[in-house]
Amino acid sequence: MTDPNDLRNDLGSDPSSEQRELAAAERLTSAPATDTNDSGSGGEGDDVVGIGVVGWLRWGWRQLTSMRTALILLFLLSLAAVPGSLVPQTSASEINVQNFHANHKLLAPLFDKLDMFDVYGSFWFSAIYILLFISLLGCIIPRTYQFVGVLRAKPPTAPRHLVRLPVYATWRTSADSDAVLAAGDALLRKRRFRVSRSGDSVSSEKGYLREVGNLLFHVSLIAMLIAFATTKLFGGMGTVVVIEGNAFSNNVTQYDDFMPSTFYTANSLDPFGFFLNSFDATYQTSGDQMGTARTYAAYISYWTGSNSKKLTKGTIEVNHPLQIDGSNVYLTAHGYAPVIKVTNAKGEVIFNGPTACLPQDADITSLCAFKIADGYVNSAGKSTQIGLTGIFAPTAVIDGTNGPHSSFPALDDPGLFITGYSGDLGLDSGIPQSVYSIDTTHMTQLKLSDGSIWKASLHPEQGIKLPSGGVVTYLGTKQWANFTISHNPGTTAALVSSALAILGLIGSLFVQRRRIWVRAVTGPDGVTTIEVAGLARSESARIAEELADLALALQDTGPADHDDVPDADSDDAPLADLTSSSKD
Amino acid sequence: MTLASAAIDTNLANLANYLIYSAMAVYLLAFLAYTTEWTFGGRSRVARQSAELTAQPGMTMAEAVSVAKAKAEIITAPAAPKVAVTVTGAGGRTSTLTRTVAAKAGTVDVVTRGDAAPPVDGVGAAGGDEKADRFGRIAVSLTTLAAVLHLASVVTRGISADRAPWGNLYEFTCALTLVAVLVFLGLLFSGKDVRWLGILITAGVLLGLGLAVSYLYTASEQLVPALHSYWLWIHVSGAMVCGGALYAGALVTVMYLCKDYYEAAVAQGRAKGGRWSDICERMPSAASLDKISYRINAFTFPLWTFTIIAGAIWAESAWGHYWQWDPTETWAFITWVGYACYLHARATAGWKGRKAAWLVLIAFSCFIINSYIVSIFINGVHSYAGL
Repeated sequence: MTDPNDLRNDLGSDPSSEQRELAAAERLTSAPATDTNDSGSGGEGDDVVGIGVVGWLRWGWRQLTSMRTALILLFLLSLAAVPGSLVPQTSASEINVQNFHANHKLLAPLFDKLDMFDVYGSFWFSAIYILLFISLLGCIIPRTYQFVGVLRAKPPTAPRHLVRLPVYATWRTSADSDAVLAAGDALLRKRRFRVSRSGDSVSSEKGYLREVGNLLFHVSLIAMLIAFATTKLFGGMGTVVVIEGNAFSNNVTQYDDFMPSTFYTANSLDPFGFFLNSFDATYQTSGDQMGTARTYAAYISYWTGSNSKKLTKGTIEVNHPLQIDGSNVYLTAHGYAPVIKVTNAKGEVIFNGPTACLPQDADITSLCAFKIADGYVNSAGKSTQIGLTGIFAPTAVIDGTNGPHSSFPALDDPGLFITGYSGDLGLDSGIPQSVYSIDTTHMTQLKLSDGSIWKASLHPEQGIKLPSGGVVTYLGTKQWANFTISHNPGTTAALVSSALAILGLIGSLFVQRRRIWVRAVTGPDGVTTIEVAGLARSESARIAEELADLALALQDTGPADHDDVPDADSDDAPLADLTSSSKD
Repeated sequence: MTLASAAIDTNLANLANYLIYSAMAVYLLAFLAYTTEWTFGGRSRVARQSAELTAQPGMTMAEAVSVAKAKAEIITAPAAPKVAVTVTGAGGRTSTLTRTVAAKAGTVDVVTRGDAAPPVDGVGAAGGDEKADRFGRIAVSLTTLAAVLHLASVVTRGISADRAPWGNLYEFTCALTLVAVLVFLGLLFSGKDVRWLGILITAGVLLGLGLAVSYLYTASEQLVPALHSYWLWIHVSGAMVCGGALYAGALVTVMYLCKDYYEAAVAQGRAKGGRWSDICERMPSAASLDKISYRINAFTFPLWTFTIIAGAIWAESAWGHYWQWDPTETWAFITWVGYACYLHARATAGWKGRKAAWLVLIAFSCFIINSYIVSIFINGVHSYAGL
């Protein structure tokens, strides 16, 4: 493609009316005028010294909205997105960020200052995309304005010397010029060109959908950004672990983790709740991916509003969230919760229920911590707190290297392997602690009378005596499911705008905008000279073929005289007629 | 899921493995045949030069044939008067449309120049040499055979597990390379003269499949629950088709860069003779290569956009949020912005041509980084299915 600047430079050096005419014909794109001004014609862009604040602002605006700046901003945007995939992000995993802090004492504070742990919310990332979108707006607003002007105007009239256009054909015919123009008009209309006749020529243009698509695509991108912002400002999510048989009600105190946003707080939560009736998982039982999960399903009964008596049944699977009111409930993880019963030295039941254990591997070897805070009295009659910690394995195996672990994720042969501590669990210290581990700083390990460490490996319905009195019984196992409850208000808007963006993209990439002119002039000798010329300013336009097709179709009305091929009447006859040599 | 569909048909899975190895063997033969074509085409310089004389300068063999056919029609049917409209390019390339008219038959030449003028292409890999041309044809037949085996392997693999055959990185690579070959064959059979691309396509596919069978292989299995969705068909197949097409586009871009540097060298009188210039001489013109690469990339861009959006919809139903800046999402976005840069660069003065071509290569490396490096080395929510 020729550089449009060449044309403009020509225009600057020799502003003949003809070239201006050609230039007008060439202006197929409705690109903003700033693009035209940055070389040759005006010099406004260069002459900025001493033009005052307004001048500088105008210059800055022009720079910002230029294509080159947009290109650089796009480039920066992709570069800026890279670190977020390499450095752990707070939004994805807080723990990874903490680990990074622990392992990189030097880098971490620097990264903290640069918002490296929250790249996509950082000032520099935001700056790039906000500038990009301003640049985009600065481009599409004038462009839309110009395009409306183009739509309201007639296709531009034929340049005087059609022969100078990129695609050109001419022939002589004995037919009447008016008939030829009428035929040209009709043929172009049939090909769905926008046609206008003036004087001895017909002008036509086609492919407006290219610009429509272009504008639609860019407007959709802005709409998408607004939808993203809506989600970010008005959305929120929380996660919660629910054990089979237990209930959850949508209240901030019930969440394990709650991520609010500017306008979505604890007060905005929809009133609803559900029971987890049962959880179902199936696993592959053979092959090298043995143990890989195949299906997960959580069966729940939910209520909405304040009436928790009116229950509706529902199923939540991995790709099938359940929508309750304005929130979606997703199934994101699962694990096991062994049910243990603990009695104290007096024989009173002080603990009886399931405790969720944290899965460690694909076979759901899990870490468990049972915190018995109240009611334990040892055989000496002294009250203390008991912590039991260990491993739960749904299909238990013990070997020398790995110790007790699970060999399959299903509950084929569950085993609970625990040791115990007594003392102060530290629950009242005010320091938040994990529910999956025990802080043993103020505790002593339970030992047998011979001084060896107390250990128990239990199978369902087995019990064992605690060395200080009392019994621990492993009654059975329940499953737990982890739910993410999210409220994403901008989702539909994002979906619609992205669909429109694709539509616009298809238009702007696959529709070709082009112009065709037909001129017919009957000379004093009664012979009509027909000229057709075409201009396409987009990639991969088949304008030559299209013009040939039109020329061919025009033969019905204005057939070319047999041997009378006119010279292309100009000083710069476009090209040597190579075809004649090939016909020999 | 029923028990029946959970089972893996081991026989079929083994068959799929045999088929992929057979396909690789045939690709290798095809690659050797393409190489022979380029070698013989270069050796017989005399044949090439004579071919240049008979065919028009810059006219490829296929076009020479089509013009000859058009002429033949005029000669064989002299009774019906015909008008010939000839499209002539600056390089002397022509194509002729004819039409029966009621009365007289004249000729009209459509003259193109500037942007609209078709570029002057090299004569092709065979260089007009008959023996080389025969090897080229053999190579195309072999590529077609290999593609059939390859397709059979992908289909069998899918049937063996009763699901879409792109559930892990191994299957994804097999399917992606298949798409690259199908794009090539599709262009070839739709009449585009792209046989010169065969050598790079087969080499690239062999490389991809070699890496797949030796490093990425996973036995045919059922999918983890996260992949139980019809979005697997839509999102992953979209990514795969884009991958194959962008692969082909990147290969054409590499050729464009070679040829463009060569053309610049010729224009400045720096071009030395020898093997390299002999190869470049036979390639299509830089303008044609640029156009082909643009068409492939521009065609794929909306599809890539769709793939990302389909992924976002799936993410929304699987994880509760349509966009989480997961590493795979991030790199898909970076790839997208890379190709967006390319499309804008082509419309910007001072960025057209070589600079834009480098952008294609950068954007495609982002795609590769996303599909392989990120999947293997960076843990994110897209990590599953044993790679």
